[in-house]
Amino acid sequence: MSPVLAGVLQLLALIAALALAYRPLGDYMAKVYSSDKHLRVEKWIYKGIGANPNTEMRWPAYLRGVLAFSAVSVLFLYLLQRLQGSLPGSLGFKAIDPDQAFNTAASFAANTNWQSYYGEQAMGHVVQTGGLAVQNFVSAAVGIAVAVALVRGFARSRTGELGNFWADLVRGVVRILIPISVIGAIVLVACGAIQNFSGIHEVGQFMGGEQQWNGGAVASQEVIKELGTNGGGYFNANSAHPFENPNPISNLFEIFLILVIPFALTRTFGKMVGSIKQGYAILATMATIWLGFIALMMWTEFHHGGPAFDLAGGAMEGKETRFGIGGSAIFSVSTTLTSTGAVNSFHSSNTGFGGGIDLLGMQLGEIAPGGTGSGLYGMLIMAIIAVFIAGLMVGRTPEYLGKKIGTREIKLAACYILVTPALVLGFTGASMAMDTPKNSMTNSGAHGFSEILYAFTSGANNNGSAFAGLNADTQWFNTTIGLAMLLGRFLPMVFVLALAGSLAEQKPIPKTAGTLRTEKPLFTGLLVGTIMIITGLTYFPALALGPLAEGLAS
Amino acid sequence: MTTDTRKQEEPGSMSPTSPTSSATPTRAPHQDVPTGHKPDDGKVGGGLFDPRQLLKSFPDALRKLDPRVMVKSPVMFVVLIGSVLTTVLAVKDPGDWFGWAIAAWLWLTTIFANLAEAVAEGRGKAQADTLRKAKTDTVARRLSGDGKTEEQVPGTELKIGDLVVCEAGDVIPGDGDVVEGVASVDESAITGESAPVIRESGGDRSAVTGGTKVLSDRVVIKITTKPGETFIDRMINLVEGAARQKTPNEIALNILLASLTIVFLLAVVTLQPFAVYAGAEQSMIVLAALLVCLIPTTIGALLSAIGIAGMDRLVQRNVLAMSGRAVEAAGDVSTLLLDKTGTITLGNRQAAEFVPVRGTTEAEVADAAQLSSLADETPEGRSIVVLAKEKYGLRERHQGELTDAEWIAFTAQTRMSGVDVDGRKVRKGATGSVVAWVEERGGTVTAEAQELTDKISQAGGTPLLVALEDTDGARVLGVIHLKDVVKEGMRERFDELRRMGIKTVMITGDNPLTAKAIADEAGVDDFLAEATPEDKMALIKREQAGGKLVAMTGDGTNDAPALAQADVGVAMNTGTSAAKEAGNMVDLDSNPTKLIEIVEIGKQLLITRGALTTFSIANDVAKYFAIIPAMFAVVYPGLDKLNIMDLSSPKSAILSAVIFNALIIVALVPLALKGVQYRPMSADRMLRRNLGIYGLGGLVAPFIGIKIIDLVISLIPGIG
Repeated sequence: MSPVLAGVLQLLALIAALALAYRPLGDYMAKVYSSDKHLRVEKWIYKGIGANPNTEMRWPAYLRGVLAFSAVSVLFLYLLQRLQGSLPGSLGFKAIDPDQAFNTAASFAANTNWQSYYGEQAMGHVVQTGGLAVQNFVSAAVGIAVAVALVRGFARSRTGELGNFWADLVRGVVRILIPISVIGAIVLVACGAIQNFSGIHEVGQFMGGEQQWNGGAVASQEVIKELGTNGGGYFNANSAHPFENPNPISNLFEIFLILVIPFALTRTFGKMVGSIKQGYAILATMATIWLGFIALMMWTEFHHGGPAFDLAGGAMEGKETRFGIGGSAIFSVSTTLTSTGAVNSFHSSNTGFGGGIDLLGMQLGEIAPGGTGSGLYGMLIMAIIAVFIAGLMVGRTPEYLGKKIGTREIKLAACYILVTPALVLGFTGASMAMDTPKNSMTNSGAHGFSEILYAFTSGANNNGSAFAGLNADTQWFNTTIGLAMLLGRFLPMVFVLALAGSLAEQKPIPKTAGTLRTEKPLFTGLLVGTIMIITGLTYFPALALGPLAEGLAS
Repeated sequence: MTTDTRKQEEPGSMSPTSPTSSATPTRAPHQDVPTGHKPDDGKVGGGLFDPRQLLKSFPDALRKLDPRVMVKSPVMFVVLIGSVLTTVLAVKDPGDWFGWAIAAWLWLTTIFANLAEAVAEGRGKAQADTLRKAKTDTVARRLSGDGKTEEQVPGTELKIGDLVVCEAGDVIPGDGDVVEGVASVDESAITGESAPVIRESGGDRSAVTGGTKVLSDRVVIKITTKPGETFIDRMINLVEGAARQKTPNEIALNILLASLTIVFLLAVVTLQPFAVYAGAEQSMIVLAALLVCLIPTTIGALLSAIGIAGMDRLVQRNVLAMSGRAVEAAGDVSTLLLDKTGTITLGNRQAAEFVPVRGTTEAEVADAAQLSSLADETPEGRSIVVLAKEKYGLRERHQGELTDAEWIAFTAQTRMSGVDVDGRKVRKGATGSVVAWVEERGGTVTAEAQELTDKISQAGGTPLLVALEDTDGARVLGVIHLKDVVKEGMRERFDELRRMGIKTVMITGDNPLTAKAIADEAGVDDFLAEATPEDKMALIKREQAGGKLVAMTGDGTNDAPALAQADVGVAMNTGTSAAKEAGNMVDLDSNPTKLIEIVEIGKQLLITRGALTTFSIANDVAKYFAIIPAMFAVVYPGLDKLNIMDLSSPKSAILSAVIFNALIIVALVPLALKGVQYRPMSADRMLRRNLGIYGLGGLVAPFIGIKIIDLVISLIPGIG
C-alpha cells in the first residue's frame, strides 16, 4: 500500500468514527447541560466545595466562578511543583524553579499544556497525576462550561441567566470526561500504552550506554490529554513516545479523542438553540477548514522533493515510521486546529509550508474544531463577525440565531478577536527586538524566527505544542509565554461571558424571509472566508518571513 | 403605481408620484386636495451623481482635515497620521521621489475620504438654503392677555403659549396650532407643494408650520414651539447633516473597523523587528504605506457619506427622518401597518353600480344620478358621471348644455347635489339628507329603499340615494353603490414585501366583513377591522412583544401614542403637531404609501454599508500580494513567487497599492451616495448576489487595478 493511500484510508476511518460518535455524544452533552437532576457523587462534590448547583448565575457571577476556580488551580499547581521533593512519590525530583513552576501552572490551568520541562526528568507521580492530570480534566471542563454558557445566551431570552458554573464544571468532569476517559484508557492500554506507578528503570541500549525509562499512569493521562485538548505529554516526546502512543491504531484513536468533543459540541449547540441545522452549519465550517488543512498538509509533506524524500515517500524527518506521513499529517493538523498541542511528530521538521499550516491553524484561533468548548465559542464569535458584515448585505441590522448583534455585542466580539493577535505579535515582536531571547533559537534565518513565532502562537492560543528547537526554559520565555497563556485563555472568556449575558437579556427576533439564513451552505462559505481573511491576514506578514519564506525558497 | 427605489437610479426621477398622493384618511372626502406633483425648486436631483460636485466640495474636504474632526473616524485618523509622518520623512530626505509619492497619495487618500463626506453633505446644503429663505425674520402680531389688543414683536421673541394673529399675506411666525378661524395656507416652502392647504381650529388639521404663508382669511395661532426649535429649524439641521448623529449600527460598524485597524496596526508595528532580524529593515514610509493599505480605508472613508446619503434619499422623497436610528429601524421592519384609505385603496370611494327601487329601471337611476352629479366636483361625484357613461352609455352632459337649469352644488353641509330643470328636481346624496329632502316634499321613502341602503352598508359600501320630484311628487328612484377601489399594483407590492419577510396589516374602520373583502382583494397578510387607536396600539405592542419591528403612518392626535410606540412612525405633514411630535419621520407629501419606500431606503442604506465593508476587507488580499514580496523578496527571493501580478519593481508595487487604495475611494463615492442597487428579494438571494458582486469583486478588483496602475507607473521614465 502506498503511503498516500494509507494516509487517505486513515483519514476516512477517522471521519467515519467521528461521524458515528457525533450524534450520540452531541445529544448526550446537550442532555447533561440541560438536565436539572444531580448525581449522588455530584451532590457530594457540591457539598464539599460549598456550592449550590441550582442557583442561576448572571454573567459576572459565572465569570467570577471561572476566574476564582482557575486562580486556585494555578496557585495549587504552583505550590505542588514548588513543594516537589518534600512530597511523597516525587521520584527523587527536586522542586521546580519559580519561573518554570509559574509557566507550567499557568499552562495547565489554561488548557494549554505548553511544557518547558522534560516530563520524565522533572515531574514525579504526585505532580503528574495529582496536579497536571487533574487540570487536564477540569480545565477542559471549564472550556466546555463557558461554551455552554454562550450557547445558553443564544438559547435564552429576557433573562441574563447563564446557568450555574459549578454544576457545569462538575457535570463536565463527572458525566462526560471521566466516563470517556475510563473507556479510552482501557483502549490505550489494550494498544500497549503503559499504566503503572513504577519508578525509573535503567535500561541498556543496543549501541551500549544506559537509558532511563520512567513508569507512570501514562494511559490515563494520555487519554485526557487528547480528549480534553490539553496536549501535555507524560514524556517529552509526547505522543511520539511508544509508551504514550504505541501503534497506528492508538494513533488514530488519539486523533479521534482530540476531535470528538469539539466536533460533537456543534450538535450540542444545535440542540440547545433549537435548530440542529445551525449546528450543522458550524460543523460544516469547522470540517471544511480541517479537511482543507489536512489536504494541504498531506500535499506538502508527501511532495517534498529530493532523493532522500523520494526514498522515504515524503518528508519523513522528525516523523515516526510507526505513523508515517499520513498519520503524522492528520495528527499535526488536528492538534493545531484544536487547542491540543500534543504531537506525534516534530512540527519543526515539517516542510516549510507544513510548519506554516500548523502555525496558521493555531492563528485562526483554534476554531476548526478547536479546543473543548473554546473551539465552539471561538467559532461562534467569528460567526458573529461574519453575520455582522454579511447581515448588513441583506438589508437588515445584523442578527444571529434570533439575537441582534448591536453595539455591545460587536464591541465584545471585537475585543475577543484582538486578544490573541496582540499577545502573539506583541510578544514575538518584543522577543525579536531584544537580544537575549534570540539566543534560544537553534536555527537561524526564517526557521529560527518561526520557532519564536510558533512559541507565542502556541501559548497565546492555548495550544501548547512546540515547534521544537527553541529553548523555552528561560526566564523570559517562561514568564512571557506564561502570561500569554493566561491572558490568551481568560481574557477571551471574559468577553465571551459578557457577550453571553448580553444575548440572554435580549428578546428573540422571529425569523422571516428577510432574515439571513445562517444554516445554509452560503453562510458556511462566508464564514470560512471571514475567518481566513480576518484572522489569516493578520499574520500574513509574519508568516511570510517565517514558513512562507522557507517554503518558497526551494 | 408609486416609484420604488429602483427608479432613483434613473436620471431625472425625483420623488415618487402616486396617483392619489393627495388623500389621507382624515381628510374630509369632499375637500379639495392638491394632486399632482411638487415643483423641483431647491431640490437636489435624484440619485444622480455629478462629478462636478467633487470639485465643488473640494474646499470643504480640505477644511475637514482638522484632526479634531478626523478623530471621529478612527480609520481615517490613522491615515492622517500616516500622511503627516510620511511628509515629515519626505522633507527630511527630499531627493527620494518615492517618499514624496507615497506622502502625496496618503494625503489624497485622506482628502478623498473627506471629499466623500463633503459631497454627501453638499447635496443637503442646497435644500437647506431654500429653507433658510423661508425662515426670514418675521414680525409676529401677538395678542395680549385679554385677547383684544395686538402688539408687534419679532418672531424670535415668541414664547410657547403665545397667541398670534395671521391674516392673508402674513408669514406664520412659528409652529403652532390654529385655535380660532380657518385659512388656506401656502406650505410650499417646506413641502414644495404649490397648492394651498386648509388649516382650521380644532380637529386634525389645526397644525401650522412657521415659515409658511397664510393666503386667505384670518386665524389665531397658539405657538407650540420655541424659536430655534421649530420644524423648519429642525429641517435645516437635518438636511445639512448638522444634527446627524451616528446610528447604532454605524457605531457598531465603527467599533469593528477600529478593532481591525488595531489588529493591522499591531501586524505592521511588530513587522519591523521581524524584518530587522530577516535583514530587510523597512523604511517608515513603506510601513506607513502598508498600514494604510491594510486598514479598511475604503469603508472608513465612505461610512459617514453612506449615512448622510441615506438620509438625503429620504429628504429627496420629501420624508424627514428625525433620527438616523429610525432609518435603520426601517430596514428591520417586519410588520407594516397600512391604513386602508389612501394607501391600499384609492382615497375616495367610487360608484360601482346603480340599484333601482321597484318601478324604476337601472337606466332611469343612472340618468338621474348622472344629472344630479354634474354639479358635484368631488371624486365621488365624478365617479358617478363616469360610471353612467361607461356602463350605461350616457354621454357626459355639461352644465352649460342645459339652459334654465338651476344647479345645486355639493356642499359638506347639505351633503347633496342636484339640478332643477324642466319642472323636475333631481337630487343625489347621503341617505339622511336625501330622505329628509323627500319627506320635506311630502314624499315617503319606501322600506325597500331602506333595505337596499342597508344591504350596501353591510357589504362595506357607501349608499347614496337618488331622488326625483316631479308632477308625481317626490320619491326615491334608487341607490348608488360607492365602493372602495384597491389601487393598481398593490397586490404585487405586497407579494414583494412578503418575499422580503415583511408582513402587511391593513388598518380600517370598516366592519370585519368589508375589511376581509378588501384585504383579500389587495392581498395583505392581515387586517384590523373597526380599528380604534387603542386597537392599533395593542396590535403594535403585540407585534413588538414577539420581537418584531413595526412601522405605521398616522396623522391624527389620537394616532400619536401609536406613532410613538411604533419603531418607525411616519406622521403625515397634514397631521396634527401632536402626531408629528410623536412620530420619528414626517412625510411632507402626506402620502401613506411611502411607508413601503421608507422601508426600502432603510434596507438599501444597510446593504450599502455591508457591501462596501465586505469590499474593503476583501481588498486586503491583493494588497498583501503586491506589498509583501516587494518588501522582502530582497532577502528571501522565494517570496517573489507571491508577486503573482508580476509588478515591475518593489517601489512601483507599493506605490500602485497605495494609489489603488486612494482611487477606489473616489471610484466608490457615487455608489456610496446612490446606494447599492436594491431589489426586493429573499435574504438568501440578496446575500448570494451581493456577496458575489462585493465579496468576490472585492477580491479580484484590486488585482486588476493594481496591475494597471503598475503598468502606468512603469512607463514613467526614471521610475519603475
